[in-house]
Amino acid sequence: MSLSADEIKKIAHLARLSIQTENTADYAKDLSGLLDLVAQMNQLNTESILPMAHPLDQKQRLRADEVTEINQRDRFQAIAPAVEAGLYLVPKVID
Amino acid sequence: MIYHQTLTELIKALRSKKISSVELTRLYLDRIHQHADLNAFITVTDTQALADAQRADQQLHQGNAPLLTGIPLAHKDLFCTQGIRTSCGSKMLDNFIAPYQATVVDKLANAGTVLLGKLNMDEFAMGSSNENSFYGAVANPWDQTKVAGGSSGGSAAAVAARLTPAATGTDTGGSIRQPAAFCGVSGLKPTYGRVSRYGMVAYASSLDQGGLFAQTAEDIAILLSVMAGFDAKDSTSVDCPVPDYHATLGNDLRGLKIGLPTVFFNANLNRDIGDCLQQALNEYQRAGAELIEIAMPMLEYAIPAYYVIACAECSANLARFDGVRYGYRCQHPQDLTDLYSRSRGEAFGTEVKRRILMGTYALSSGYYDAYYLKAQKVRRLIAEDFKQAFEQVDVIMAPVTPTTAFGIGEKVQDPIQMYLADIYTIAVNLAGLPAMSIPAGFVNQLPVGLQLIGNYFAESSLLNIAHAYQQRTNWHQLCPPAFR
Repeated sequence: MSLSADEIKKIAHLARLSIQTENTADYAKDLSGLLDLVAQMNQLNTESILPMAHPLDQKQRLRADEVTEINQRDRFQAIAPAVEAGLYLVPKVID
Repeated sequence: MIYHQTLTELIKALRSKKISSVELTRLYLDRIHQHADLNAFITVTDTQALADAQRADQQLHQGNAPLLTGIPLAHKDLFCTQGIRTSCGSKMLDNFIAPYQATVVDKLANAGTVLLGKLNMDEFAMGSSNENSFYGAVANPWDQTKVAGGSSGGSAAAVAARLTPAATGTDTGGSIRQPAAFCGVSGLKPTYGRVSRYGMVAYASSLDQGGLFAQTAEDIAILLSVMAGFDAKDSTSVDCPVPDYHATLGNDLRGLKIGLPTVFFNANLNRDIGDCLQQALNEYQRAGAELIEIAMPMLEYAIPAYYVIACAECSANLARFDGVRYGYRCQHPQDLTDLYSRSRGEAFGTEVKRRILMGTYALSSGYYDAYYLKAQKVRRLIAEDFKQAFEQVDVIMAPVTPTTAFGIGEKVQDPIQMYLADIYTIAVNLAGLPAMSIPAGFVNQLPVGLQLIGNYFAESSLLNIAHAYQQRTNWHQLCPPAFR
């Protein structure tokens, strides 16, 4: 399995991850190598096997529907790169 | 010298007033600064450590102090510490001071420990050599031209060089056991769900598990009793009572059945490492244990399954780093997409990007069944292999690494070769089992680790089996010459 530089660009866009154009060939080579390694799984017939998501096959635990968290907006925003009047600042989205 | 003492001995020394916590803390802080060239620490918390030590001494004086009062230790830099930077070895979090604290950090602090600082690691715990850290590689105390291993390289190196009596780490695919083996210290990865993941920066959530490094299994037993336990704040934490791990050390090994997977002990195993492990196995036989060969053919598929599951989960977990709420933000973003893409592109290192790309591809439309779902099915086959094995044996023993510590820079150009070196450790994470690495000898003056794999929640038995070996051998007591 081999990925092209264009496919890498597409995946990088999906991941919202800028990568240097001069590095795309390296990523294509590394990922293609990794996909070859991953393809070894296809030697196994897994048709009737249930997928395993949690090592102990635990179900998601439920809790009582009660408020347990207090509002800590100021503390959380104290470490944000750009805030104003309690809002996170981002480039303009709507004109 | 007091810094050669184990944590167990230090507890006694503090209680009998042979040394104060302030003296002990100052001694370790001095050693950390003196050996800064190892690059084991990202942040050293001198002022807070001395303040904590002073408080510990008062408590010890009053006589109502919890067991670990005054014991210095250090955390891998992905456990969130309130008021102290948690970098995760990344430029992304170089400025990140968590507004909350990891449960593990809280538990150890409440037990009276003194925090010396935060330890170096591969960026976001992705790597096997600590060369992926934004803060540079950690040197191996046995030979500073070699890697310390990863991702918890700083933790292993700091314990080996006696810069701290113990350290926390995390293990997603071998990140505690492999550096423990490379640096000649004891390391434990507990059962998945045994230790809270709350406040641990996530890499691959269905595999990540916090654990410990120390000189001995006995030290780890004492610390694990404090660190383990159910935590409502971690939705994957398992509600299962925590035994006193120290109480069962010293149990007899007669009749113990040790399983040896034939897929690991074969012609591919490095001969020198194989010889070391054989000596260790002979020691267990002398202690009355029985060796049994077990097949476990599915273990060969652990690496492919792991790199799908780990990368897929990493790409989802690391989506939170967006340049908006915390962490690195690029200069002058053109629009929202540019803000996300450039903040992430400028702040993540190559290995992290590689795994995000792999994970994004595996989860992208049309590929889910072929990759993530397939890998989860293979994962079950691997777990079933272990289940069957534990019907025949009490513990499984295996190598930890295919070689001793390799040279810094030796493998960075070939990521696939680096991945393949995790062959002996990864299956344990997929199955969610507990496992240890303990020092078992040397090849060319570099340490070799023996891996012990236990059944679910069998940490007590694992620690006892390791402790029995450490009562009969002295590999775990050896300190690198430059740090004696």
